[in-house]
Amino acid sequence: MEALGLLFEGFAHAFTPLNLLFVMIGCLLGTAVGVLPGLGSSMAVALLLPMTFALDPTAAFIMFAGVYFGGLFGDSTMAILMNTPGQASAIASTFEGHKMARAGRAPQALATAAIGAFIGGMVSCILVVFLAPALADFSANFGPAEFFALALFAFVATSSVVADSVLKGLASLVLGLGIATVGIDSVSGTERFSFGVPQLFDGISLVTVTVAVLALGEVFHIASRIRRDPAARAMRPAGRPFLSRAEFREALPAWLRGTGIGLPFGVVPVGGADVPTFIAYGTERSLDRRRKDPQFGKGAIRGLAAPEAAGNATTGTAMGALLALGLPVSATAAIMLAAFQQYGLQPGPLLFERAPELVWGLLASFFLAMIVLLILNLPFAPLWAKLLLIPRPYLYGGIAVFCGLGVYATSSSTFDLFMLLTIGLLGFVMRRYKVPLAPLLIGMVLGPLAETSLRDALLSSGGDYGVFVAGPIPVVIYVLLAIALAISIAGRIRARARQDV
Amino acid sequence: MAVYAVVAAVSITAATVFSFQSASAGNDLRAALTVIAPAGVGGGWDSFAREQQQAMRGAGIVNNVQVVNIPGAGGTIGLSTFSTMHGQANTIMATGAVMLGGIALNDSPVDLSDTRPIARIAEDYNALVVSADAPYDSMEDLIAAWSEDPDGIVWTGGSAGSIDHLIIAQLALDQDLPASEITFIPKSGGGEAIQTLLAGTTDVAVTGYNEVEDQIAAGRVKALAVSSPERLEGVDIPTLSELGYAVDLVNWRGLLAPPGITDEEFAELEAIVAETRESAEWQESLQRNRWEDSFLTGPELLEFIDEDQARTTALIEELGL
Repeated sequence: MEALGLLFEGFAHAFTPLNLLFVMIGCLLGTAVGVLPGLGSSMAVALLLPMTFALDPTAAFIMFAGVYFGGLFGDSTMAILMNTPGQASAIASTFEGHKMARAGRAPQALATAAIGAFIGGMVSCILVVFLAPALADFSANFGPAEFFALALFAFVATSSVVADSVLKGLASLVLGLGIATVGIDSVSGTERFSFGVPQLFDGISLVTVTVAVLALGEVFHIASRIRRDPAARAMRPAGRPFLSRAEFREALPAWLRGTGIGLPFGVVPVGGADVPTFIAYGTERSLDRRRKDPQFGKGAIRGLAAPEAAGNATTGTAMGALLALGLPVSATAAIMLAAFQQYGLQPGPLLFERAPELVWGLLASFFLAMIVLLILNLPFAPLWAKLLLIPRPYLYGGIAVFCGLGVYATSSSTFDLFMLLTIGLLGFVMRRYKVPLAPLLIGMVLGPLAETSLRDALLSSGGDYGVFVAGPIPVVIYVLLAIALAISIAGRIRARARQDV
Repeated sequence: MAVYAVVAAVSITAATVFSFQSASAGNDLRAALTVIAPAGVGGGWDSFAREQQQAMRGAGIVNNVQVVNIPGAGGTIGLSTFSTMHGQANTIMATGAVMLGGIALNDSPVDLSDTRPIARIAEDYNALVVSADAPYDSMEDLIAAWSEDPDGIVWTGGSAGSIDHLIIAQLALDQDLPASEITFIPKSGGGEAIQTLLAGTTDVAVTGYNEVEDQIAAGRVKALAVSSPERLEGVDIPTLSELGYAVDLVNWRGLLAPPGITDEEFAELEAIVAETRESAEWQESLQRNRWEDSFLTGPELLEFIDEDQARTTALIEELGL
């Protein structure tokens, strides 16, 4: 219970009016940046980095915590309302969240997302407070063989989004895997699909593809249909601005499951918060199939609740990993690491001893940031939903501008803008011919993870394939995978047999 | 709320746009200067550029300093943009050992001779670390095991062709081991490299000493050697050179001026950089980042860059990259 005492000291440290103000500013800024497509919280933290020279460490980190979590709360807002996610971790929220908005349940969808993010973040923060030192040992169990098994598991877990039209789904997935291979191969230094263009040497960033395919593709699509079907898609937010008791009860298990899925991912460096959001979405979807009245595809509240909770649960433990291990598992965490170094502090096993008042103050400020964000986001949900009342030409024109801004701000390169436009057109064509977009993004997220872990494992074992089943964790994952596949195949055979009768 | 979104977006763009505008207007170098960091936010060059920015501004040497990031391809995207900024004296760019690797690795059509190097400013050193329960207690143990089974020891560090990788190549050549047989797992930073070490995926990590200092102090990893020419102050780890290994690559960082500027402008930039180096603010950031001062200018600098480029290119070829 020593941790609890230290945490309360941290609260005492964080609870000054000035620090509360910094939390507020950070949360507002983070939300604002998260809402804009292409601008993630890493960008906001990077721009704030020079502030660290003027502020004392506690105040600066408290503000960063606000920005970090604010970005994760904010990115789902546009994902739900406009189908234009701010960053990769919000992709999974578009699938059902945007359908909810279309069905006139935008405020409820936003509230679901906000509460999900709150639950996920809170649980993970509590876990970090009590288990930060143990995290170090846990993460040491994860090598490339384990990552590879996880990646395979994630592919299967998310395959349900491919299943609607197998051919088109697979085409989209392969396209995503292909885009992910562009650039100089990190192990051999070979150029892959870069055509000698130096701007492609580092590959195509996931942010550019996400913004192009989802946001810009949507803009083109709307523009192409604007005079053809104007009335059909008028999305008037209707109903009460908050969740009903029934909705809350419906979403609660999904929030908790999502949190459970997200927690372990923060500690292991497998590409940040996007992988667990897909897994959480896939899990909910397969659970939904077995219910009497499947909700997925019509705006299922669970399909939104789970990925939101998973994404934020990952963030919390990721911050724990940064503090306890000095291991930055996301871009934002990497920049926060730089900020720590500005103060001459090195996150890692010794930080808890060297600067306890800072660490516990920061952990306390996570809780404050969560609460502030929930207070900010819940009442504003109906207000945000009013964005949908803006006439569409202006609304989507604005989105297009922000897409360009976001991508240009990260790279200062016009090449990326052309790439944005090209991939945006690709997204439009895919929409036009009803090719699902999610598999492309899943391929881009999971492909590199599977590839690097496969190669790292083989390099490390000297080419011995036995390494993939050498440890207990991968074996357990493969067994789970086999069971899941068997159940799903059995279910399908039974369904077919019934049809025959 | 939309108001906040707009304000944030406008200020973010404004920052980026103005920093470019200020680069192309005005002649007074001490009024406004732009430092290009040819890497993404949070990387080594980025923090170097931002520390320079703070020192120049804090010491009142330059009024308004902006940092612009042009990431990509080991700094060569930034370099090729920079090499076209003819005569724009109020834009300077960070450079260093990693860029020389990038030039060799990517067969870049431009190199540092397309710019006017101002100074080498600081460097940091690498440490060779193994996990705490590894069977190696000294470099000797490690080299013995390595000589027996050249591709059996799994190394890790930064990206392929990075300074970490090149140090291993130099060590291999020094021991008459074939550099092309090195098993190297590239990771995107010291943190990730240490993680693979602790998970047992790799045997030895070569990474910046300042990135692993605390892990060493906490007893999670053992340091076998550091790559500095002399022992680091207050650090009880032998250097590679005192152990008799001919490894002399260091991770240096410096600043470049664009081509086509007048000699007066170049002299003014040199003066600014030299004054910044002397400032208390810069001395403090050297200490904070655990960088070592390695100031070098003029003809010696050009000579050093030529040598280092040749050496880097040769090593990358040996590695078969």
